[in-house]
Amino acid sequence: MIGPRPLRPALIWGGLATAMTVPVVIAAGSPLLAWRSSVYIAAGFAGVVALALLLIQPLLSGAYLPGLRLRPGRRLHAGVGAGIAAAVTIHVAGLWLTSPPDVVDALLFNSPTTFSAWGVVAMWAVFASSLLAAFRGRLRLGLIAWRLCHIMLAVVIVVGGVVHALLIDGTMEIVSKAVLCALVITAAAKVMVDLRLLTDIRRISSRQ
Amino acid sequence: MTQAPQARRTLLVAGAVTVGAALTTGVSGLLAPLRAQGLAPTLTMRGGDNNYRPGAPIVNRIGGGGFWLTGTVRRVGDGALLPRVRIQVWAHTTEGHERDPHSHGATLTDANGVFRMEMPQIIPAFGQAHAHLAYDGGHDSNNFETVFLRPVMRNARDTSLSADFVLRRA
Repeated sequence: MIGPRPLRPALIWGGLATAMTVPVVIAAGSPLLAWRSSVYIAAGFAGVVALALLLIQPLLSGAYLPGLRLRPGRRLHAGVGAGIAAAVTIHVAGLWLTSPPDVVDALLFNSPTTFSAWGVVAMWAVFASSLLAAFRGRLRLGLIAWRLCHIMLAVVIVVGGVVHALLIDGTMEIVSKAVLCALVITAAAKVMVDLRLLTDIRRISSRQ
Repeated sequence: MTQAPQARRTLLVAGAVTVGAALTTGVSGLLAPLRAQGLAPTLTMRGGDNNYRPGAPIVNRIGGGGFWLTGTVRRVGDGALLPRVRIQVWAHTTEGHERDPHSHGATLTDANGVFRMEMPQIIPAFGQAHAHLAYDGGHDSNNFETVFLRPVMRNARDTSLSADFVLRRA
């Protein structure tokens, strides 16, 4: 129980907004920015924003946020998903403009930095997840099968994105980055447990 | 009388230390030339040639300086230090991106096979504070195989970094 009942929604929304914006604001004060071009700065911040959006994304899917019913929550979930895909695209495109060979190495899994591979895998999972959502009606997947695919991609996105971020020495301040990453993992894990993923899998396997 | 075993042990320990030291010295003395003979060539590192600029000019210093990138150049086999070998260095620094021509500069090793380039402070870029170094056989008359290095700084606040080359004949 967080605070008296009438205050709870404000505290939850306020806490979520703080958790998402503080790391971005601290990154905006990074000394590294002074020595980066605007394109490189935009690319970096697109990555930071994508990480911050990963925190609200699972909470929207399960109607965890006060005042937001399941249906509008899911609609917002789709919008934030599109936002993450756009942020990842800007991230990669901006890095490519800044240093093409580094991005080519990363995309071909030939980079000297291990965090690149985690990021690239998460990127493909973001794109796959977007396509899966966009063509949901035409795919004729059952609800459970569709949800399993979506959740598996979400696991890859969250784990890949968090490991990618943690291994990078960049504009994000280390403590705020670690806290955001811990919250992202916690939120995703909580929603997945509540969605009874294992029960779904058991139901599917018993049907076959 | 109770002192005797103690003294004997001390003597034994001292003796063992002496023999050990002699063995270590002797063995390492014997191994040194062997090791030099087997001195393996430095292999090109992943991503080492990213943003390389073939034939970047020889300069006294890159930009305002303040950071030192140093190292040695040897040849495979006897490990002899090589003078007048051209090494190009570049990095993302406080004065420019890796792709900027003014972030690049070349230097020659001295009579002792040592190169030292002063350049602006290297800062983290693409997730790591790192430098690039190149020995390009196509832009050096010493006729060794091309090698690209990409060493990473232990701490982004370090003001120096070193990387060594062991080159093999082309």
